[in-house]
Formats: sequence, C-alpha cells, structure tokens
Amino acid sequence: MAQVHFSAGLRELTEGLAQVEVDASTVRGLITALDEMFPGVGDRLSEASSVAIDGEIFTDAEYEPVSENSEVHFLDIFQGG
Amino acid sequence: MAVTEENPGYKWVGTRPIRPDGLEKVTGKARFGADLVLPGMLYGKVVRSPHAHARILSIDTSAAESMEGVKAVITGDDFPDLAANGAHPSDVDVANNTIARDKVLYEGHVVAAVAAITREQAEAAAKAVEVTYEVLPHVLTVDEAMADDAPLLHEGMITKGVDPAPEEPSNIASKILHERGDLEQGFGEADAVVEREFTTKPVHQGYIEPHAAVADSNSDGRANIWCSSQGHFQMRAYTATVLGVSPGTLKVTAAEIGGGFGGKTVIYLEPLAVRPSQRAGRPVKLVMDRDEVFRATGPTSGTRIKVKMGVSKDGKITAAEVWMAYEAGAFAGSPVGAAGMTAIACYDIPNFVVEGYDVVCNKPRVAAYRAPGAPMAAFAVESVLDELARNIEMYAIDIRLANAAVEGTQAAYGPKFPRIGFVETLEAIKDHPNYTTELGPNQGRGVAAGFWFNAGMMSSATVHVNENGTATVVTGSPDIGGSRQSMALMAAEELGIPYESIKPVVADTETVGFNDVTGGSRVTLATGAAVVDACRLIVEDLRARAAKTWDVELDQVEWVDGQAQHVEGAQPPLSLNDLAAKSGRTGGPISANASLNSRGVGAGFSTQLCDVEVDPETGVTRIVRYLTAQDAGRAISPDYVEGQMQGGVVQGIGWALNEEYIHDTEGVMENPSFLDYRMPVASDLPMIDCSIVEVPNPAHPYGVRGVGEVGIVPPMAAVGNAIHDAVNVRMTELPMSPVKVLEALNAHDE
Repeated sequence: MAQVHFSAGLRELTEGLAQVEVDASTVRGLITALDEMFPGVGDRLSEASSVAIDGEIFTDAEYEPVSENSEVHFLDIFQGG
Repeated sequence: MAVTEENPGYKWVGTRPIRPDGLEKVTGKARFGADLVLPGMLYGKVVRSPHAHARILSIDTSAAESMEGVKAVITGDDFPDLAANGAHPSDVDVANNTIARDKVLYEGHVVAAVAAITREQAEAAAKAVEVTYEVLPHVLTVDEAMADDAPLLHEGMITKGVDPAPEEPSNIASKILHERGDLEQGFGEADAVVEREFTTKPVHQGYIEPHAAVADSNSDGRANIWCSSQGHFQMRAYTATVLGVSPGTLKVTAAEIGGGFGGKTVIYLEPLAVRPSQRAGRPVKLVMDRDEVFRATGPTSGTRIKVKMGVSKDGKITAAEVWMAYEAGAFAGSPVGAAGMTAIACYDIPNFVVEGYDVVCNKPRVAAYRAPGAPMAAFAVESVLDELARNIEMYAIDIRLANAAVEGTQAAYGPKFPRIGFVETLEAIKDHPNYTTELGPNQGRGVAAGFWFNAGMMSSATVHVNENGTATVVTGSPDIGGSRQSMALMAAEELGIPYESIKPVVADTETVGFNDVTGGSRVTLATGAAVVDACRLIVEDLRARAAKTWDVELDQVEWVDGQAQHVEGAQPPLSLNDLAAKSGRTGGPISANASLNSRGVGAGFSTQLCDVEVDPETGVTRIVRYLTAQDAGRAISPDYVEGQMQGGVVQGIGWALNEEYIHDTEGVMENPSFLDYRMPVASDLPMIDCSIVEVPNPAHPYGVRGVGEVGIVPPMAAVGNAIHDAVNVRMTELPMSPVKVLEALNAHDE
C-alpha cells in the first residue's frame, strides 16, 4: 500500500491524520480512495496540489503510476519565475 | 568550474560558442515587443486609477470618443463579466486585474483604454476619459491589511486553510502550515536560541524592456498578437479567457524579450489591444512607459517574517519556528506557499513549524520574481543561522555543512531529496581563494545559502534536417536566458554535427506544439528534453535510411559523429549531408516532433560568499568581492549558466541594498522611475565570481537541473551577514540602505 503524507495545512481535511496507507495504482485512484475516506478531500487535492511521488514532484499527476511501496506527498502549488 | 563528475566526452555540451542571437541584438536588428509597426496601425493608451482603493461610480467616454483620430474607447464593460459567468476565481482575478469593473484596487489599476491614429491623439483622449470615483480607505502593508478593523479589498474573502473556516471575511486569502516533530522539545535541547523579526519591501523585477503588445484582429473573429512575454501560449490562454473566446482564435508570436525574471508570465496589455483592434478593424499597439511598469506590473511581495531557531553546541539545528506574512497585492496569490516550502529546505531539522499568510493589500498584484517567495524567507532564516553560528563560535560554512540536506533527507516540505548538490556548493565556497582572502578595515564577510525546486512542465520541439545537412530546431519557449544556445548545443551533440549547423528558432503558437512558460528554471531541462527526444527520432530515421541505402538490417547501422556507419565497416559512411541531399529517395523530408510533460526535475542549491566594506560615516555599503557557487547539474552552456548566476546575485544585491517601492500616505507610488528606484549598475559592482558545481541530475539525458532562479535566494542574507561581520550590527529590514545602516550604527553606539 502507498504511504500518503499530508502537510499540516491539509490535515484539516484528513481528521488531523498526517499519514495514511492507500491501495491504488495511480494518483487518480489514490485521490478517489482518499475522497472516500475523507469526503471532500478529493476536490482540494485535485485542484490545489502538486504531488511528489518517491521524491519526484509532478504537476498534472492524475495518471502517474503509484507503486505498492510509493511515498506520496501532496504539496502546495507553487509558481516559478 | 568545480566538476564533481567527469564530462563523459561531450563535443558540444559544456562549450562556450558564440550565442545564436548575438549578432541581431548587437546590430539592433532583433525585434522586441515595441518594434513592430503594421500598416494602418493605431496607437493605444491606457487610463489608470489615481487612487489606491476606490469604487468606480461612472466612466464617461463620450468626450474621448469624439476627439480627432480616436477610433475606439473601451472599459471593463466591453469584456465578459467572468464572475457573473461562474468562471474560476483565478480567471476572474486575471480579468479584473487586466481592467477594473466595479472597484480599483491599486494606484495604476486599468479602468479604460483608447486607440487613435497617432500616439499624441491617444494620450489626449486618455486624459479626456472622465471617471468618477468614491475613494475608499486603503491598506498598503501586511500589518495594515491584517489589522482587525482593516478595510476589505474583497468583501467575500474567507481565509482558506483555516479549520474551522472563519465566518467573517478578511484580507487574509489563505494560511499555509508545515510542521514536524516537537517544537518545545527541540528548543529545550538547544544550547543557543536566536529570535528575530524581519521586514522586506516590494521590489520590481526590473526588466529593461517595458511591456508591449500589438494586436491585429480580422473580421472573422481571429486575431494575431505580437507581444513580449515569457510564454506566448500562456498569453494566448489568458487573453482568450479575458476576451471570452476560444484560444484557437488567437495566434500569438513571441517578440524578442528584454528581460522578464517572472514578471512576464502574466498578461497586462494583450486583451486591451485586441478589443480596440476588433472595434476599429485596424491593428493596435500598446506600449507601457517605465512609470506604468512600476505602478501596474510585478512586483514581488513585501513581507514580515519572524524566525526563532535553536542549535546545540555541536552546531545541530534542534528546532525552527517561522511565521511569515506576504503581500499579494490586489488579488490573492502571493508566493507564501513556496516561501513556506523553501524557508528551511536547505537543512535537516527534526522539529519545526512554518506558518504563512497570503495577504491582499492595495498595491499592484504581485507577479513571479525569480524563485518566487524564497529570497525573503532565506534573508530571515540565513541571518538567524549566521547569528547562531557566532553564538556557538562556529564558522558560517561549517554550521551549514553540519545541517545540510543530502540525498535521502526528508525535505521540510515533505518528500525525500533525490541526489542533490548542496554540500558540494558549500565545499566549493570553502575551497575558493575568496574564502581566505584577508579583509581590510570596515570590511566583513558573509555566507548564505538557498534552495529552489526548479520545474518541469510541458514542452514541444520539432527538428527539421535541411537539404544541406544543417538542422532547424523549433521550440515554443521564449529565450530569456540563453535557451536557444542550449537547445542548439544539445541538438549538435545528439546529431553529431557542428553547433554552427543548428538554427534554433522560437515559433508562434500555430507553428509548434504547446510549451508552458519560460519560467521555473525549466526550459533547458524540459524543452531541452523534448529537443533531445526529437533528435533521437531523427537519428533513428537516419539509421533506417542508411540501412535502406545499403540494403542491410537496421542493427547493422550505427550513428557516430554525425554519420551513419556500418558496424563492420562494410560500407563507406554516409554523412548527414549525404542522407539529407537524397532524402527524397529514402522516404522524403527528415523531420521529427517530440512533446512531453517533463519528468525528473532536479532541485537547485546555491551558496554565496560576500565581502563588503561599510563606511561608518555614511552607512554606504560597497560590495568588495562576491562569489557564488551553484549546482547546475550539467552546464550545457557555461557562459549562460554563469550569466544566470551573476544576474541572480546582482538582482539580489539591489534588493539587499537599495530597491524598494515607496508610497505616500494616499497609496501613490513615489519612485516609479529608474532614477528614484535604485537598481545596481555595473559601476556599483565587482566582478561576480562563479563556481559552477556539477552534480548531474540522473533523470535528465544531460544531467540538467535548471539554473535561472536559485541564485537570487541567498544574496540579501549574504550581504546582511557581511555587514554584521564588518560593523557588528544585525540588519533586519530591507533594503539595507545607507540611512538604515547609519541608524543601526548610531543605535549600536548608544
């Protein structure tokens, strides 16, 4: 199961949990599963976050694969200059 | 150059050839945004608010419309009401920043635009537009905006990121929070604790070329736009949104760009040129003057930042607490999110809380500026770290080495770092002669470090082989930092032909596939990867054509030094020139496209060493010598990498010592010119020494990390730490101008 970590700013949506385990093969599947666990979190994660999978940061990560031992972090959006 | 891994035998990558755009620029032939002139073209002029905050009661355009030569006058009512149409809030903000509808939110906010036959007629007509305002109270700083009784810019703004959500609106758009470990325990383990509060002022990106746009609309609803920007695909998307049209109806051509630094990733003029052009049926040109650039574009945030950090006697940081408030200007979207993620990212800290607020105020909407958000946070954190090092009598470099993030360190913002080169930048500084050069009277030395993520995002490239064996490399990434040379060098390396045989071109939105903006230090990485992919497709095609020519299997052909060779030497080699000249016989023109959403972004780190001399009589700080060490991954074009490193440092020195927006009590900017907004010039500065560190990014075909931004993160703290070393005063306000340094010296003496 993938280890999903939330920044402190996102924990208001996860009943204060900093980390959960989710069984999913893509980021989309992972968000769907998280939304079932914490209703409403899916929209926030889809709209306002970039995703780090095993240390690599992705934007538009919906179809990125997630492996059984992946470490996934949802991050605040940031802009480069 | 500090090379940590040997160059694997590249012929072109890492060399310093003549830049491909050099001749046109030094002979004045390069066409920038304001240079275009079309037959029948009208000149536009924008009408701007004189008030920092006011309700628009009425706009009377009748007098302006009746003036000689005037062909069109537009106001906010000439654009779709995106809020009423249920558009995404960020799109509504883009539209309302382009032209105000009901309220003006900063001095310089657009309220109308005119187009006339001559520039003089347009200027006269703009003055004849009569706007009636109800002036409202304004807020200019985070302190004013966050006060309990502050006047609101947006009556419906409820702070995001707070649980439970506030019931009352405020000027705080959002809150961010990062935390790990036990703060109380961390400070309990510390042998030294320092707590300081810092303020920084808004500063402008300071690009030399003002914004400019020309629009030419057709009767079928389509329009051509020429503009100076960091991303013409992005300009197309934003402009289409504001106009309420399909992006496909707009063709945008990127002009040469005279600097952007993040400030040209957003639109200002393009819709204001298209709409009058549609009305008049003629092309319309809009060019800002410097005053408008200052009043209505950029800048980056002013901030207030509080930092408390603790260290043990052996230099280990035991805890860090950071509170930060960033001005967003008139609309939500300051870079406080990135500031929160970067503030302590250089270090492995077990216990921390980083809290940040995005705060709107009555100033221009902030725009990205090189590593947006990170420099202000680094000024605060790196200053406190310097003080902690002094308290425990440890060298500034050594305390950073003791805590440096390395491969596997869990970054403060979440994920574990892959291979990074922070330690190597620290060691490069320590190994440089500047580190041990003797200092003179009133001179001091400061060290600071910085982190930036870098970015990937989407890019496309097309490579054509011409009939004489040369190649054209087409991308859609405006070249603001030398990307054409980098593209050409990588293409030359892949194809095995001379750099001079490659022509790199930046094409319009209808000629090449989509490219995200030139920003985030991403182009050499991402667009470069697309170019490499396209070249490799070309090479596969060339091998197949050689196999066909020789009537052998594909695996009997390899591509070496720009020619097809039979693996057993059974055939005379076929050069790219040979194959190109006969391409019609082997399948037709030789061309390939590649598009990607980039993977494998490599983070960037910079460590800098600054020597200053402070005049105790005047408070003037002179930069004596300056060294910057930065991990480039691989320097495709060392000249341009050094240029980026030096440019970031110079902008940071200006931010540190002189630059600031100054407003009067009515919220009107008092210094909107380069005479009064003091940026450093060449005579203010020594040579900026560069040490390029190369810790290749394993996820990029050439190891690229991106170099455009991180260089601006450390300078303010490096300068401040050097001032402290020179005269023993800790500067906590930017800019560290002569007046402030003198005040600090006088206070210190009392």
